[in-house]
Amino acid sequence: MNVLEKNQPFLNEDLVIAQKNLHRRSFMRYTGYGGAALAAGLLLNTTACKKETVNDEGVNFGTGDYAILNFAYALEQLEAAFYIKLIDSPYNGMSAAEKSLLTDVRDHEIAHREFFKAALGAKAIQDLQVNFTSIDFTSRDSVLNTAKSFEDLGVSAYNGAGRYIADANYLLIAGKIVSVEARHAAYIRDLLSNGSFADSSVLNANGLDTSRKPREVIAIASAYVTTPLNATTLPA
Amino acid sequence: MNIFEIISSIEEHDPEIAARLDSRRGAMRSFAHMTKKITMASMPLVLASMFQKAYGQTTTTSAVLDVLNFALTLEYLEYRFYQKGVDAPNLIPVGAALNAITSIRNNEQAHVNFLKTTITSLGGTPVAEPNFDHTGGKGSGMGPFKDVFTNYGTFLAVAQVFEDTGVRAYKGQAGNLLGQGNILEAALNIHSVEARHASHIRQMRKFNNFGDVKPWITGKDPGVGAANSVVQPSYNGEDNTTQAGVAIVGIGGKAISASAASESFDEPLSRTEVLAIVDPFIVK
Repeated sequence: MNVLEKNQPFLNEDLVIAQKNLHRRSFMRYTGYGGAALAAGLLLNTTACKKETVNDEGVNFGTGDYAILNFAYALEQLEAAFYIKLIDSPYNGMSAAEKSLLTDVRDHEIAHREFFKAALGAKAIQDLQVNFTSIDFTSRDSVLNTAKSFEDLGVSAYNGAGRYIADANYLLIAGKIVSVEARHAAYIRDLLSNGSFADSSVLNANGLDTSRKPREVIAIASAYVTTPLNATTLPA
Repeated sequence: MNIFEIISSIEEHDPEIAARLDSRRGAMRSFAHMTKKITMASMPLVLASMFQKAYGQTTTTSAVLDVLNFALTLEYLEYRFYQKGVDAPNLIPVGAALNAITSIRNNEQAHVNFLKTTITSLGGTPVAEPNFDHTGGKGSGMGPFKDVFTNYGTFLAVAQVFEDTGVRAYKGQAGNLLGQGNILEAALNIHSVEARHASHIRQMRKFNNFGDVKPWITGKDPGVGAANSVVQPSYNGEDNTTQAGVAIVGIGGKAISASAASESFDEPLSRTEVLAIVDPFIVK
């Protein structure tokens, strides 16, 4: 074996050790979250240890996996409320086929919302109050464009939150839901413009869908939520 | 600095270094064997090789590469399928249909390239593209979908099954990528694209009266008519209505039917299940 060949594993080794350290740091972050979750009742005020300004106003999502599940629960509350209103007051010209499939979507979002509520139990955040006054529910265009935003936002939210989930069972649940949100997103997009189901507004050059960090998602969703949300325990 | 000082200093960053080296008996043996022949000058390279063995073969890294190569095989299957479909004369109607299939073909090609690059960057070797028999005939070209590239209905039925299966296959691997940061996120980013594809292909089939399907999967019904029994393994288990021990039908006192409950959660498939499903499409 010549020197160049021998050098290659040496370079790789540097990378592997660097990756290990990164993994270790991530792990420490997870255990930090997990520890906080275990003693949530006692440690509510220990966020003061962090240098950032403490913000204890608004709905607190909790810590660790509970924070991510509550984050998903908040989004599902928003989506369910939107589709309930959409079906209760159909836009002008809603076809029978559209009404049927949009009713399906409503039921899926209600199922998601109720699932998180049941799974979180006492850890669940409160019912959120929504504000849809910016949406013209008589206008197909207004309603479907909002639906498109919500569905794409939901897909990007689950895609971006997956990496922060520590429990494999919760990760699988998130996976089970996000593909249904993606099916919704594609359907709504095709209703607005056939063929836009996976266009370049959501996919990058590698054919990858969009991810958003949890706090970014909350910032976007907050435009429709009147209950104050406190995203400080969510990954930025 | 001697080897013990080196290991001790690494230990500050990785307390498990001793266990790693100790558990890699092969690495230790080859190290002991090599030290008899080497000069001190080449010592760093030998150490590098030893650590490469200790760290480079962790189950985590190899498991991740396994997942990525598994995914790559599925992406090859899909990419080549759409490529042949686009190339087949008079198969896909020019206009919205051909545009959609071409767009999906491009996405699958991008996924293939992305996965190959990722595998290589992790120090792995991307698997080669197998030869495919998209009729499902293991190379005979006479499988249950023998008119797949001459009959538009068959083509879209196979497309739907590939996409729905792909969604389930990625989902089944999520746990193997737990805590893998960017790699998990990229897999999720491909997974949702496959679901978007599945939704659109299902809408195309409904539009053409090829099947009474919705953009989502209801119960475990494949919705591909006479071919249902052939593709049933791709849909078995999709009728699940209990999630993490929570019954979804009628949940919270809401009128959630069994159909809606099954539609609202897509289900995973294990690697074994997926490999059995795609086996007839691969030429041995």
